[in-house]
Amino acid sequence: MEKNLILLDNLPVGNCGRVKKLTAKGNIRRRMLDLGLIEETQVEALRKSPSGDPTAYQIRGAVIALRSEEASKILVEMC
Amino acid sequence: MLDRGELPMGLTGQSTWLGALKNEYSMNDTVLDGVVVALAGNPNTGKSTLFNSITGLNQHTGNWPGKTVTLAYGNYYYADNKFLLVDLPGTYSLLSNSVEEEVARDYICFAKPKACIVVADATCLERNLNLVLQVLEITDKVVVCVNLMDEADRKKINIDFEKLSAILGVPVVGTNARDGKGIDELMQSVYKVAANQMQSMPLKIKYDEVIEEAVEHIRPYVQNIVKDELDSRWVALRLIEGEWKTLDTINSFLKSRLYKNDDLKQELKKANEILQAKYHGTDEIRDAIVSSIVRKAEEISKMVVSFENKRYNEMDRKIDDILTSKTFGIPIMLALLGFVFWLTISGANYPSEIIAKVLFRIEDILTDYCFKWGVPEWIHGALVLGVYRTSAWVVSVMLPPMAIFFPLFTLLEDLGYLPRVAFNLDNFFKKACAHGKQALTMCMGFGCNAAGIIGCRIIDSPRERLIAIITNNFVPCNGRFPTLIALSTIFIAGSFGKFQTVIAALTLLGAIIIGVLITLAVSRILSATILKGIPSTFTLELPPYRKPQVGKILIRSLLDRTLFVLARAVIVAAPTGLIIWLMANTTVENLSILKWSGKILEPIGHLLGMDGYILLAFILGFPANEIVIPIIAMSYMATGSLIEIETLSALKELLIDNGWTYLTAVCTMLFSLNHFPCGTTLLTIYKETQSLKWTAISFLVPTITGIIICFTVAQTIRCCQIMMLL
Ligand SMILES: Nc1nc2c(ncn2[C@@H]2O[C@H](COP(=O)(O)OP(=O)(O)OP(=O)(O)O)[C@@H](O)[C@H]2O)c(=O)[nH]1
Ligand SMILES: [Mg+2]
Repeated sequence: MEKNLILLDNLPVGNCGRVKKLTAKGNIRRRMLDLGLIEETQVEALRKSPSGDPTAYQIRGAVIALRSEEASKILVEMC
Repeated sequence: MLDRGELPMGLTGQSTWLGALKNEYSMNDTVLDGVVVALAGNPNTGKSTLFNSITGLNQHTGNWPGKTVTLAYGNYYYADNKFLLVDLPGTYSLLSNSVEEEVARDYICFAKPKACIVVADATCLERNLNLVLQVLEITDKVVVCVNLMDEADRKKINIDFEKLSAILGVPVVGTNARDGKGIDELMQSVYKVAANQMQSMPLKIKYDEVIEEAVEHIRPYVQNIVKDELDSRWVALRLIEGEWKTLDTINSFLKSRLYKNDDLKQELKKANEILQAKYHGTDEIRDAIVSSIVRKAEEISKMVVSFENKRYNEMDRKIDDILTSKTFGIPIMLALLGFVFWLTISGANYPSEIIAKVLFRIEDILTDYCFKWGVPEWIHGALVLGVYRTSAWVVSVMLPPMAIFFPLFTLLEDLGYLPRVAFNLDNFFKKACAHGKQALTMCMGFGCNAAGIIGCRIIDSPRERLIAIITNNFVPCNGRFPTLIALSTIFIAGSFGKFQTVIAALTLLGAIIIGVLITLAVSRILSATILKGIPSTFTLELPPYRKPQVGKILIRSLLDRTLFVLARAVIVAAPTGLIIWLMANTTVENLSILKWSGKILEPIGHLLGMDGYILLAFILGFPANEIVIPIIAMSYMATGSLIEIETLSALKELLIDNGWTYLTAVCTMLFSLNHFPCGTTLLTIYKETQSLKWTAISFLVPTITGIIICFTVAQTIRCCQIMMLL
């Protein structure tokens, strides 16, 4: 695996990442794609929920909250 | 005249969930008449608002994704033609799997509306175009409606409609559904499309060469099977990506002609060989197909949308920084809810008294007339003291708090606050192995548990959906709220003088928190026992805050609630009033049936910190929880002195005279929060789950919880009291 790839889950709040790979399968993958999370999509981590999880991300003009389980199935490159 | 579209009947769904929805497809199809126009689009883009604007009806709307979960129908007329507009649940894609999204997909694909309006959010056009492009693959008869133009203007987002229309090859209309702007133009375009007056050249996405080759290979065979019933290219694409769930539905729509065709099977094998040159497995093909669509949407959006202000959503972010902040997020949430309760309680006191005065004045007048006309005693008793009095009771106690609470709650909903609540609380639900959207279905439960249970359709995973259904009853609904308010005002806050309303509001807040904690605990227990499993996926869109239409909401919601409460009073309270009166006035062995029942239930009631009559009231309140307090009061009055209960203090006196203590009040409140769902709710649960087993479990879980809690509280406090005496 390339070295500067991180799991979206680990993207610090306030930072941007570019989607490189989805490791999710089946239904979850489908949902992510439906939200526009394809390769090269830019994602910004906006904020964490007061209870620590989920995290809200800016994805193609919409704000979407993902739990860490889902976010950890998305590999991004920090940018 | 235009010919009518077909209505989707005889769709044979395999899954039970779909089965449950089938009723709605064939729902009163005799009334449904007109040229069928479907209203599709991403969640929360204003479809229902548009529906209301066009038809003049009142579908529920709210600023969060997933408000509409079923189909709604309404008629409108344009150019002397009758149209039937169908409001669909929002969907991000036509290839997804949650129930309400399937409903939308099935409708667009198989119901063959004469025109399909795809509503898109002007402030998030790129993501919305995704669905537009998918719909264009299925049907040519599309009008794209770019809604929320006022929000886009406010955020200085410009959209070139002409260009967009030229690229998509279908009419594009900008609207502001709330103020009815652009509606005329929209209806005109719809008319033209439905009447085939418009030559549409819908954009079809080009996929990569390998996929195109495979599609073209099988397309002629598919064409042979689907004829003009479905778009052959679209079906071919689904076959290639192996989207079985969709294919199963297509197959049953085509009466099995798809799967039974041997030629197609052969050719599909060849197509797969073509695909293997580039792709390994259907997942990769699916990715490629979706990616092409998303890229196209991105490309189009770049061409037609321009942002004057790149930081257009700065304001939303700032608000979110506060409302979902680590330190203040949850306290603010509680404070807001507490404040709403406080407004409700302090605002409801006075109108309640007035309504009670007026209604009981009328009772006196009725009684006078009965005497004057020599109406037999028992008829007067049954109708005036039974039916009328109970209904009057329900109206005066229930109406004011509900008419204040719901408009306020709707205001928060319209602002876009509910998804933030779900966002703040999600981790707790995750730990309980439940779905984050359960917070949303709980919020709907405030209004009515039956509505909350239908709302559970936004949860895809059947396991988590069942958990949400079973635990929905732990949030007090419309019918139980006033009981809690009355008891907390009388018993808990009563001695606090000036701070009475504040204390009552806090008590109520406490009750809700207890309800939420019980929900979490029971969800956790269910997940570890009969509904074993791990949390499924969770994605929640946090929509932009939108300016609510304060005046309109307040009036609308007030009217809605008033009608709701009045209707319930007539349908449920009136007959129950009659039953109570009959029970109180039919004697068996020198005791009225009412007294007998109270006596028999007394031991159990006492164990739970209440008494026999209270328990009887809960049982008789099965059709609707509104009538619990009235029944309690009626039974006491029927057994003792007959006084008039116009104010809360009179009620207090009556209750205390009949042996109520602080403990009785607490236990009654707890039992009100935790007991079997009302009849309507249970019926809804049965309809939604199609299973007697889950309906029974939904009955038992809250009841057992209530019994355990009340027993524990009652016995603990009694022990403490005894110890203190010693
Ligand atoms: N400012 C503004 N708000 C709008 C407009 N149209 C709808 N809204 C608001 O947007 C929110 C969502 O509207 P709904 O009609 O419930 O959306 P929907 O598409 O039916 O949503 P789902 O049923 O969840 O798919 C509501 O709060 C509406 O008041 C508009 O043109 N302008
Ligand atoms: Mg809707």
